[in-house]
Amino acid sequence: MSIEALPAEIAEAPAARRPAAWRKLARNPSVVIGAVIVIFLALVGLLAPVLGTIDPSEINPVYRNKKPGVERTIRSDDGKETVFVHRFGTDSLGRDIYSRVVYGARVSLLIGITVAVISVAIGLTIGLIAGYIRWLDNIIMRFMDGLMAIPAILLAMGVVSLSRAGLIAVIIAIVVPDIPRVVRLVRAIVLSIREEPYVEAAITVGTPTPTLLVRHVLPNTIAPLIVQGTFICGSAILIEAILSFLGIGIPPETPTWGNIMAEGRSLFRIYPHNIFYPGVCLALAVLAINMLGDGLRDTLDPRFAKRV
Amino acid sequence: MAETASVLEIDGLSVELPHGSDRRNAVDDISFSVGPGEIVCVVGESGSGKSVTAQAVMGLLPRELKASTGKILLQGENVLEATPSRLRDLRGTRMAMIFQEPMTALNPVMRVGDQIAEVLQIHTDLSEPDRRQRALQIMRLVRLPEPERLIDAYPHQLSGGQRQRIMIAAALVLDPALLIADEPTTALDVTTQAQILHLIRELQERRGTGVLFITHDFGVVADIAHRVVVMQSGRVVEFGPREEILRRPQNDYTRMLIASVPSLKPPARAPKSGPTALVMERLSKTYGHAGLFRSARVVRAAENVDITVRRGETVGIVGESGSGKTTVARCVARLIEPTSGTIRIGDVDVARLPESRLRAHRRNVQIVFQDPYRSLNPRRTVGASITEGPVNFGLAPAEAANRAGRLMALVGLSPDALDRYPHQFSGGQRQRIAIARALAMEPQLLIADEPVSALDVSVQAQVLKLLDDVRQRFDLAVLFITHDLRVAAQICDRIAVMQRGIVVEQGPTAEVFGAPKHEYTRALFEAAPGRDIEFGAVAGAV
Repeated sequence: MSIEALPAEIAEAPAARRPAAWRKLARNPSVVIGAVIVIFLALVGLLAPVLGTIDPSEINPVYRNKKPGVERTIRSDDGKETVFVHRFGTDSLGRDIYSRVVYGARVSLLIGITVAVISVAIGLTIGLIAGYIRWLDNIIMRFMDGLMAIPAILLAMGVVSLSRAGLIAVIIAIVVPDIPRVVRLVRAIVLSIREEPYVEAAITVGTPTPTLLVRHVLPNTIAPLIVQGTFICGSAILIEAILSFLGIGIPPETPTWGNIMAEGRSLFRIYPHNIFYPGVCLALAVLAINMLGDGLRDTLDPRFAKRV
Repeated sequence: MAETASVLEIDGLSVELPHGSDRRNAVDDISFSVGPGEIVCVVGESGSGKSVTAQAVMGLLPRELKASTGKILLQGENVLEATPSRLRDLRGTRMAMIFQEPMTALNPVMRVGDQIAEVLQIHTDLSEPDRRQRALQIMRLVRLPEPERLIDAYPHQLSGGQRQRIMIAAALVLDPALLIADEPTTALDVTTQAQILHLIRELQERRGTGVLFITHDFGVVADIAHRVVVMQSGRVVEFGPREEILRRPQNDYTRMLIASVPSLKPPARAPKSGPTALVMERLSKTYGHAGLFRSARVVRAAENVDITVRRGETVGIVGESGSGKTTVARCVARLIEPTSGTIRIGDVDVARLPESRLRAHRRNVQIVFQDPYRSLNPRRTVGASITEGPVNFGLAPAEAANRAGRLMALVGLSPDALDRYPHQFSGGQRQRIAIARALAMEPQLLIADEPVSALDVSVQAQVLKLLDDVRQRFDLAVLFITHDLRVAAQICDRIAVMQRGIVVEQGPTAEVFGAPKHEYTRALFEAAPGRDIEFGAVAGAV
């Protein structure tokens, strides 16, 4: 009997190809607006030296607490004179706030992105293990519950008091409480995906566990992790600003939005511009990142995608 | 019957699909009628437009679908022109609907009695005690045991059959002229299905309700229909009395559908005498153990199961949901570890092998799953899925791709399709790919876990034939799990009937079907829908 001679199946039209994800993203206004602002801020940070700034840590006792728009003549070493406008005014040490805000974008975005990448990477690894190796699950998850109970600010104080205040201490302080959130998300996805018949089919064809996880389980976590990473990025920027504002974050001579605001706090009623400009930037950055995250979730997360 | 005014008359109805769909109309110029006291079955495969028809009558069409032409007359009133508030009045009082999945159709946080009473609250002026009385009355009518107790139960406390009875009670409490039943028994076990069908028929006779019954199952049609509408791709291809359609179908498509329904009469099969490929002895699987904070609660999913499968032989495990048939299959595939007993495959007992030593034996046992939409990784090409196993066991990728190409041809698909993704294939085609993936491992034993129950009947026959062909060609031992007696009759050499974890009867298919010994087996056969009508046998079954 010939097997090749099977009758042609009743034609069922194959399902239409799903539209490419990026095209769906491009149609989502929240994604587009958020992405444009984030890219703008990133460019501002990257191009800070050529955006008409001066050294953000240069102290000038003559020009202290100037209102926005004050002009100052700078004499360079070869005797040339240029007029510099303090667009956002100066702080109590005479530092140019415009330059500090522009350079501050570097620190904020750097911390946001680094924290997001590190906590997603660590959380993903632990989450895959917790979700797939059942006997480790309880141990890992109780430990994660413990980590989740640590407030970032308290941890930051501890880390700073143990080492020196600085970028790394701040990043550690923000990453640690974020890891359990990623672990929980990844673990939940792994727990539902491991029940899928295609995962069981891969087990029966003898796929080794690490390959199984990377090949069949991991891809399902990517879209939710991009979304989660965006939210972590936004909150990390906010927490860094809080830590710096409280004086337990980045050292005060480094321009960060939190530091600028901390510096301007005491004279806020007379010179509100000290806090206004970095505050607006901070709000804009976090808003844009969260809009991006919301939009990504609406398009990438299958639970929300149906409504769009 | 149709002499008196029809309860429902559909005249030239077309429902347009959104632009860019594979066809213009979901239903295309269909006309038929339902008389009072008459059950009209709309039967068709997936995509035939039968559910859209029901939704159109209820005024429940999804937003992107629009009825473009035609009339739907409910006791003379055109439903398509009714205002939303008029439609709300009509639903419940003049027409009512029951759905396939009674668990999701009921509100899980509302007592079932209240859900029946809610219908009365919306449409009548009855006082609360009167509503409760009416609810009790109707619950008695649908034969719910102890209505006084069940009226205050929540849906999850009821069995699937009881939930469907509640749905029917809520639908019939206002005595509508038309009852629309959309696959109301598809999610139920065969014995429960028989009871629900009986109930619908009895209530409908007593009250003279017209019933529009949507189904894909010709057995159900044979049991319940007065008249039958056969639909294909949105068109009515045949409409007539049950006897005419089932015994003397005029249309080619109807004939093909009826011929595809497997017969309950097992064909003669020579007993197989090959070497044993799988021996299960006293296989048991219990779930649950005493935890730190909970008392011991043990579920015996399978108990002392003894089943042997020889090479070249298909052994069926038949049972209803919860019978433990899938548990046995998963134990044999070692997706779960049995609690006790032995599973000998060749000369090795795999029941207790640790994962590290199990891997070498995995290639001997392959499994084809029920749901072809979930058994292939949607992100990987079918070629990658088929070659994954052989490559795991050291076959060079090029050689594995070669083998995959040959297997695609063997299962009736083009080898060029290897670099396509699963969503580009139909359900039946995906099941063929899943079979190719299993065969790529060159197994001795193939486990088929309800491999055709998610497929349309015409596709089902082809996949069954393919399974039988590859069994012969590769001298495979096949363990075939199914709830469908018709499928079991056609493909299995021997069958084991399971009930609540225990094999109650086991023997050659012809013997078990011819003279069932155990009362549960007899009950299963009695419940099988459409017993009195002889359908076509699976072509090619030996």
